[in-house]
Amino acid sequence: MAANGKPPVMVILQLTGGNDFMNTLVPYNNPVYYDARPTVVIPQDTVLPINDTLAFNPNAAPLKEMFDDGKVAIVQGIGYQNSSRSHFRGMDIWHTCEPDKIGTEGWVGRAIRDLDPKKENVLTGVNFGRGLPRAMALAGTPITSVGDLDNVGLMTGIEEEARRNLALDLFKKMYSPAVGTGPVMEYLAQTGSDVLTGADILKKAPESYTSEVEYADNPIAKSLKDVARVHLAGLGTRIFYTAHAGYDHHANELKTHPGLLRDLSGAIMDFFQDLRDHDAADEVSMLVFTEFGRRMRDNGSGTDHGSGGGAFIIGENVKGGLYAEYPSLNPSDWLKGEDLDWKIDFRGIYGTMLDQWMGLDSVPIVDGQFEQIHPFN
Amino acid sequence: MADNDLALMAHLLRRAGFGAARSELEEYAAKGYEAVVEELLNPEDSPPVEEDIIDRYYGGEAPTIWVGKWFYRMIGTKRPLVEKMALFWHHVLATGINKTEHLPSSGGQIELFQRIGMSDVRTVLLEVSKDPAMIYWLDNHENRKGEPNENYGRELLELFSMGVGNYTEDDIKNAARAFTGWTITQPIPLYPQGHFKSEFQFSQGDHDEGEKTFLGHTGNLNGDDIVDIVVKQPATANFLARHMYNFFVADEPQVPAWSVEPPQDQETIDTIVKAYMETDGDIVAMLRAMFNSDSFKNAQFKKVKNPTELVAGVLKLVGTYRFPEPGVVAFGAATTLMGQTLLNPPTVEGWHTGKEWIDGGTLNERINFAVNEIGDAGKPGIQDIINRLGAHGGSVSPEEFTDKALDLVGPLPVDDKTHAALMEYAESVGSLDFSSDEAREEATPRVIHMLQMIAATREFQFA
Repeated sequence: MAANGKPPVMVILQLTGGNDFMNTLVPYNNPVYYDARPTVVIPQDTVLPINDTLAFNPNAAPLKEMFDDGKVAIVQGIGYQNSSRSHFRGMDIWHTCEPDKIGTEGWVGRAIRDLDPKKENVLTGVNFGRGLPRAMALAGTPITSVGDLDNVGLMTGIEEEARRNLALDLFKKMYSPAVGTGPVMEYLAQTGSDVLTGADILKKAPESYTSEVEYADNPIAKSLKDVARVHLAGLGTRIFYTAHAGYDHHANELKTHPGLLRDLSGAIMDFFQDLRDHDAADEVSMLVFTEFGRRMRDNGSGTDHGSGGGAFIIGENVKGGLYAEYPSLNPSDWLKGEDLDWKIDFRGIYGTMLDQWMGLDSVPIVDGQFEQIHPFN
Repeated sequence: MADNDLALMAHLLRRAGFGAARSELEEYAAKGYEAVVEELLNPEDSPPVEEDIIDRYYGGEAPTIWVGKWFYRMIGTKRPLVEKMALFWHHVLATGINKTEHLPSSGGQIELFQRIGMSDVRTVLLEVSKDPAMIYWLDNHENRKGEPNENYGRELLELFSMGVGNYTEDDIKNAARAFTGWTITQPIPLYPQGHFKSEFQFSQGDHDEGEKTFLGHTGNLNGDDIVDIVVKQPATANFLARHMYNFFVADEPQVPAWSVEPPQDQETIDTIVKAYMETDGDIVAMLRAMFNSDSFKNAQFKKVKNPTELVAGVLKLVGTYRFPEPGVVAFGAATTLMGQTLLNPPTVEGWHTGKEWIDGGTLNERINFAVNEIGDAGKPGIQDIINRLGAHGGSVSPEEFTDKALDLVGPLPVDDKTHAALMEYAESVGSLDFSSDEAREEATPRVIHMLQMIAATREFQFA
């Protein structure tokens, strides 16, 4: 239970492409950083320092403000053994917690199964965006994925109400459990039934929502506004998932990365403001992650795929500060001679969220016991 | 003609094209399966889409317009495999406009695939290495001597040709060095000149002339040498054959799993690989081996339709856009809601396929799109179905109604549960009467509702 007696809620925000952690939390007094990044660099005089060694990227000012308020835990040097520099494999590993083989079960899916073992609420886990992340995929566990919250509902094109009701009634029969018809058919049957149930409930969320907060007009702000609308409707959702794409900065990083950080940190700030205004922030913690950090040295325009990255845990109940350890910038410590090393296994951070925030047992979910941090009050 | 011939022809046209109206299907079926395979493999024997008509009706330059025109081609072309192969390469060599310096280059890439998509693998890989949209997408314009950018070198090996596990990190670095200096001309500004594509440029000064070792070959290798070496690798034949299998025959696991999970049907993939190895990667030879294999013929409804197939297939069914009419630009937005934005794949890995097309949000959109499109009795395809249902002018029993509707939509086989639900609908409206114009008028909305119910079935989601 959160401090206010409501069940804890987790928002997972995925930065797709591999966010440049070093240019997000800048080691602004370290000459090695400036040597390794002759071009793709955040100038020392622009950064927003949080101590003598580290500073936020100036474009993440809202995040810095929340950090100063003690609401942001920074997880430094997050990663895993034998990091794959492939996005797709990398993201797969983060989604399935299976670094050594190809997993099919998503860790969030497992957490949702544990939160709602009797499948009483198809909205226990809700994804916003096009396409379901593998992290949420788990055969037999209903997940609701929302493309456009303002337009949910099945066969809305059948105008005559009696006809539509008959069609929906028959739809329910056609999509009843299809045991033994193969995994895809079974999955379709389950998904169809969940859509039918979920759509009717979800429709209420936009209707009941009012807010003073004006979210910016960009994809991540829209997604977090949708999260807020569904959370505030009180539909029992415990895990929200959404993604912010575009972090694969091989080139033109200094042109594109700032905008992403601005959109991201502004949207997070607005989101928590919105929740606070509705007295609904205490039960929400957010995990922001990315699949890897970038290479130490820039390539003249951007940065290639690297290893250790960073994550953020944000919320009213968070004990703000720095967690784990910023990997050594000393060239002799570079992984494969090229990458910022990692210091804490990502599964320990999932474990932190699951055990300490959600009140679950993380061991079966992340498949093992990993070092955790203690970022909650 | 036998029903199973018609079903097999419908299958071939769903896979090698975007479906077929019933009258088209009957014409094709009369020619016989192998003759139609040859017709599809030799597109130059069929008339092209009339470019001047497209230009006249669908003017303007913007991604939505290019995608709209592409849908118009998919629906109307007599060379459907050309468009299907363009979509195939768009899946494999995924390039997106969300990162583009100059939009026309992205539209140009689809034209490139339409032009060379059925040539040979060497041509495709070489041309795509010089394609402005690809060069910018994977940062090869930033790939310079002394400051190599590995992005293109890595993805060429990992995603475009050999697949993970068949090369080393050093091979990637050396491939990247070989492609240094493969860049693009400064794009011509949109204003006031208008839309012109950027062009490939080899920048000698940025090219690394040093010795490189790639997959055991050492020398002053250039990008062409890398492509030449890559296309001779059995790993490339295997990887692309598996892509073809996954796209045309039956759903495989997602691409990142391929290095560890063996294919479900190695035998058929071997058949395609053999055609590749015998012809130095001739794409038509690979397709011929695949379409004529028994496993292809037996794979009916073993694939989840991708959103483009779903949208184009529904449009073929309802018979709109046989001639230019407004509205074609809307279909790009429709597939976006279903998880596939043409010209804008989510990552260089392309789209996740099969079961991953389906989640609550996308299933909702797929069903609603089809239901909306079908809900208009005036559309020629719907009229045609009604005419065929009432061809005998008399009464059609609920059972006949159900089975004929399923036949005219596919033929679409459904399981007992689906059949029972459709029968329940048919019985709720009683026998259809086509004996008079008034009766026919009354039967029309019932037929439409039946077709909408069919479009909402699980089975309809499969190709």
